[in-house]
Amino acid sequence: MSNASTSTVQLRYFAWVREKIGVADEIRSVPDSIITVADLIDWLKTQGAEYQAAFANPGIIRTAIDQKHVTNDVALGDGKEVAFFPPVTGG
Amino acid sequence: MSVRVQNEDFDIAAEMKAITDRRSDIGACVSFTGLVRGEADGKALLDMSLEHYPGMTEAELQRIEAEANERWPLNASRIIHRIGKLEPGAQIVLVITASPHRQAAFEAAQFIMDFLKSDAPFWKKETLASGEAEWVSCREGDATAKNRWQKS
Repeated sequence: MSNASTSTVQLRYFAWVREKIGVADEIRSVPDSIITVADLIDWLKTQGAEYQAAFANPGIIRTAIDQKHVTNDVALGDGKEVAFFPPVTGG
Repeated sequence: MSVRVQNEDFDIAAEMKAITDRRSDIGACVSFTGLVRGEADGKALLDMSLEHYPGMTEAELQRIEAEANERWPLNASRIIHRIGKLEPGAQIVLVITASPHRQAAFEAAQFIMDFLKSDAPFWKKETLASGEAEWVSCREGDATAKNRWQKS
């Protein structure tokens, strides 16, 4: 057991973010020092080349917490599910 | 109000009839249909694949539809969006709005499409006739189209 406390979060990826990372979803233990969406992205970028590639340009990535759009300065709070995806292109 | 995300095609006339049938309070019924264009940046398109975020997609569409119903006096509305593989000419999306008068129906349909384009979590991947496949990038104009509805 590590002393550093962590929380578990369900991560989901869509479109080319999913393709670059190589999985559609995963459950991760995230250090509690991570407060905002931007912190989480910075941390994910340390998790391997595929994450670095997916988040190379974080400004273009869109995020949803518990299936609601948020901006990257928002705190993760009690969010259970965090999704990352490119700007949407439906319609 | 109703929202559907489905693989199957839809029948515009049947959907409109379902809304207007057996009632006489509707004076105007507007429908918008989005179709797959056969070319992308001047290159021939083989097909298009539509991915979405199950759960969030339906929630976003319901939120957009509810907001349209709040802003305009609508008798009824419907949003249908397809997912999966679609060929050129195929129908992608249907929006129907019904109101006692045309102005509200026209405006609400445009509002729904503008918000759907920038908020509903769908992503298109195009496969060209050459075999090349690429994710569609968002258009600057979509955000502008949405912003014009901002209340001052």
